[in-house]
Amino acid sequence: MKVTKLALLLGLTAAVPTLSHAGTLEDVIKEDVLKCGVSTGIPGFSAADSNGEWKGLDVDFCKSVASAVLGDASKVKYFPLTAKERFTALQSGEVDVLARATTWTATRDASLGLNFAGVNYYDGQGFLVSKSLGVSSAKELDGATFCIQAGTTTELNLTDYFKANGMEYKAVTYDTSGQTIDGFKKGRCDAVTSDRSQLAGLRIKLDDPTSAILLPETISKEPLGPVVRQGDDAWFNVIRWTMFATIEAEELGVSSTNVDEMLKSSANPGVKRLLGSSGKTGEDLGLKNDWAYQIVKQVGNYAESYDLNVGKDSPIKIDRSLNKLWNDGGIMYPMPIR
Amino acid sequence: MTDKQLPVDGKGLLNNPQHRAIFFQVLALALVVFFAFYFANNMFENIESRGITTGFSFLDNTAGFGISQTLIPYDDGTSTFMDVFIVGLLNTILVSVLGIIFASIIGLLLGVARLSSNFLVSKLALVYIETFRNIPILLQILFWYNVVLAALPGPRQSFAYLDSVFLNNRGLLLPEPIFQSGSSAVVIAFVLAVAAVIYLTRWSRKRHDDTGEEFPIFKVSLAILILAPTLVYFIVGQPITAIYPELKGFNFRGGLTIIPELLALLFALSIYTATYIAEAVRAGIEAVPKGQKEAAKSLGLKDYVILTKVVLPQALRVIIPPVINQFLNLTKNSSLATAIGYPELVTLFSGTTLNQVGQAIEIILMTMAVYLTISILISLLLNWVNAKMAIKGR
Repeated sequence: MKVTKLALLLGLTAAVPTLSHAGTLEDVIKEDVLKCGVSTGIPGFSAADSNGEWKGLDVDFCKSVASAVLGDASKVKYFPLTAKERFTALQSGEVDVLARATTWTATRDASLGLNFAGVNYYDGQGFLVSKSLGVSSAKELDGATFCIQAGTTTELNLTDYFKANGMEYKAVTYDTSGQTIDGFKKGRCDAVTSDRSQLAGLRIKLDDPTSAILLPETISKEPLGPVVRQGDDAWFNVIRWTMFATIEAEELGVSSTNVDEMLKSSANPGVKRLLGSSGKTGEDLGLKNDWAYQIVKQVGNYAESYDLNVGKDSPIKIDRSLNKLWNDGGIMYPMPIR
Repeated sequence: MTDKQLPVDGKGLLNNPQHRAIFFQVLALALVVFFAFYFANNMFENIESRGITTGFSFLDNTAGFGISQTLIPYDDGTSTFMDVFIVGLLNTILVSVLGIIFASIIGLLLGVARLSSNFLVSKLALVYIETFRNIPILLQILFWYNVVLAALPGPRQSFAYLDSVFLNNRGLLLPEPIFQSGSSAVVIAFVLAVAAVIYLTRWSRKRHDDTGEEFPIFKVSLAILILAPTLVYFIVGQPITAIYPELKGFNFRGGLTIIPELLALLFALSIYTATYIAEAVRAGIEAVPKGQKEAAKSLGLKDYVILTKVVLPQALRVIIPPVINQFLNLTKNSSLATAIGYPELVTLFSGTTLNQVGQAIEIILMTMAVYLTISILISLLLNWVNAKMAIKGR
């Protein structure tokens, strides 16, 4: 009798459906808020300012997605994540999208159950050293000690680079990028290594930013982009095309200041398609037809976002170089919206 | 109001209290198994549906990142994640064992000092205990790390001792011993010396029991332990040499380095845990009836002999169980090292490795299993000590 009961219980287990989740897009619309995974503080990409407001290129991306999906750039809940927390947070559904200066690699794409939706910043790894060290090239760093952030591609590239050049190094691995620059300030290490954009941001955190220099070498490719869970194609499309829309807007010369005027008077069919006055790209994506209009109106195009956060109007002032548009000598190439 | 008795030999299965007890136990067990099975099943199905790699095969993959302190040979180009696991495990064990030793010594001294009849000594011990016991351990770790880094100079301005020991903000650098052929003779000499000392101790104790004569056992033992290996060392022709740390470029090369993270962590853990051990020691000593001390005193024994031969052996029975807990706490607290980047198990394995591989469940399970195993082993060991210490019926 007990045996049959046990069997019944086990049979029940098999019959109980596993916790299934609806599409992320529906979830976000239902909850009326976008849960966006950002960094714990990378200046220019995602960092809270003195008023506690999140600012940065990645933060703008979160806002763009919220504008496109919910029609309101302020409907974002930010989840600050360290490098080692980020993938688990996304896998477990704690965040809907990860916009956290994350490098796109084959291992991450293939084994983590995640998909990279594209690249919103082309970066590379560099070195930040103290001027007093008297070093002008990374090749002179034999035997140096480095402060690095745990669980990043940076750790792996550093090993590769020093192996390839037959040099030795020591690594001190910290949890956050803030700790790495702290360690550097206190002299625990000779140099900090990370993505060049992050180093530029960390450098201005030094008491005297001119006391440290970025070495000229770029030792790796670091394509940074937003990440979503695998197997949710509708949401993946929304994220990918939100990114393209901001770049396409720049290419078409649509900005937050002239978007209303463009919507009314532009005769350019590309602009009309982007802003939703012709075609129905928005509906096909499962959004409203004015999705891209909302992005540009509330957040701005890629150039505006870049200049404000990392470019010429920001304290970091990173040259756009690779991140220029394809027709301007860069490799930012939005797929056509039509 | 019925006054019916329970049917002891009831007919129904549920009417018999014994059967009923078994039935409910089986039911409870079945429920537990059911929920465990349900959640595990659910988890694996979700993982699979999200396309996340599972299994332990990642342990054979090349890790490819550098580690600042490795007790086994580790090459950042070829070593695997399994090696990373072992490196982290050994670093955890290293800091725990050292921490337990230092915390026990400091704790014992403090506990005794706390009971001292000297006002200054006992109040100083009290202040020490109350201060460090009431500050969270994480803050203390960060504090000592900042103190260590702030107090020490850069490599080029190191504090040096005899040009062979250096102290700077990259750590404490010591000469590294190199064992050449013939050095085994020195090791054998040392082992023999230890054996001789053990034999000598037993002999002197027996002689003391039989005749009451004292023998200067400490001085003689020390002489044997130092002289025998040294003598052999010179006879065989100085087979053990050392590599001295040398300033080359930015940093010192060669020699042994004790990294500042280890120093800071060890400081914080020992100082913090010692306060709890001190209180356990004090409680244990106070638990020994006053009459014992008075009886010993009336026999004319010296204070030191009273403490070591009369009070402490009885106090240990009270001291050991709470101290076991503190040893376990120290081991588990060592995982807070992740705040200052000491490469122990949590930092390396459930930190860096987890992020490189992304298999949270396997990695966290392995990490938890390690702490569980270490804790159980420490408990078993100290339970055994406790049993040895217990009063034996004669």
